[in-house]
Amino acid sequence: MKLPLKFLLPTLAFAILVGFFVVGLGRNPGEIPSPLIGKSAPAFSLESLDDPASNVTPTDFAGRAWVLNVWATWCGGCRQEHEALLAIARDNQVPIMGLNWRDDRALALGWLTELGNPYVSVAFDPEGRTAIDWGVYGAPETFLISAEGVILKKRIGVMTPEIWQREFVPLLQAKAGAG
Amino acid sequence: MRFLILAVALCLSPIASAIDSGQRFDDPALQARYERLIHDLRCLVCQNESIADSNAMLASDLRREVHELMVEGRTDAEIRTFLTERYGDFVLYRPPLRPRTWLLWSAPILFLLGGLTVVGLIVARRARAARANPHILEEEPDQQ
Repeated sequence: MKLPLKFLLPTLAFAILVGFFVVGLGRNPGEIPSPLIGKSAPAFSLESLDDPASNVTPTDFAGRAWVLNVWATWCGGCRQEHEALLAIARDNQVPIMGLNWRDDRALALGWLTELGNPYVSVAFDPEGRTAIDWGVYGAPETFLISAEGVILKKRIGVMTPEIWQREFVPLLQAKAGAG
Repeated sequence: MRFLILAVALCLSPIASAIDSGQRFDDPALQARYERLIHDLRCLVCQNESIADSNAMLASDLRREVHELMVEGRTDAEIRTFLTERYGDFVLYRPPLRPRTWLLWSAPILFLLGGLTVVGLIVARRARAARANPHILEEEPDQQ
């Protein structure tokens, strides 16, 4: 039996449309891929959150892999992921630097006292300038930076122990194995 | 008359509204350039708004950034590059033409050609049918 084109064409068009929907609906439109993956981590030198007289910069971790976590006290997701960050810090595999984004110093310090401090150091970015250099658009965001200073991975949204194990740890181990 | 004045005033009012008075250029040409730029940049938090329309914190930071880059004398292209290096092409409301976006940019033309092909096929088929049976296009004779 030969189906007439009149039926075949609309069916084909519909199938293509469904294909687009299946792919499109499976995506999270809030997650915009960062062009910084595979590039050198942007340099910065910011005041330390707990000591305005001293500066925090990525070169503090020169020669070793590290994590940059963007957070703020106004960010609900940051409170949610705090426990996961504390666990990663306890694991002691990789140092975490905090980037306190568009926040109030006193509030931020209070938060760390109350919830615990997973960070080796926290850079204070009240004007959000360094955040723009890192392409940050919504806290929490978590970057993994290699010992060579290259951004390997970016997580947009709440970090969980599962995501850390699945998406970050293999990258860390691959790097450690190669080095 | 009063109604007319009110109607005209209402039509003009959106032009006068500005989202913030933080950054302005005294030179109207520069101000126009600034407005054009920020209307063409997407706010990544509220993705269907430009950074000119959005009240999000990030949008106001990006407006400040654009303003500062303009003050430094950077060109529009340099400012766009500055932002795409950090946020990707998604920050542009007008994505650049490159292999990844060929399909996107050519889609309207492809759809038009597709439609024209379908119309052409139907017209050709009807013309063929009319040639085969010259009376097919004639009106039905009145029944009365």
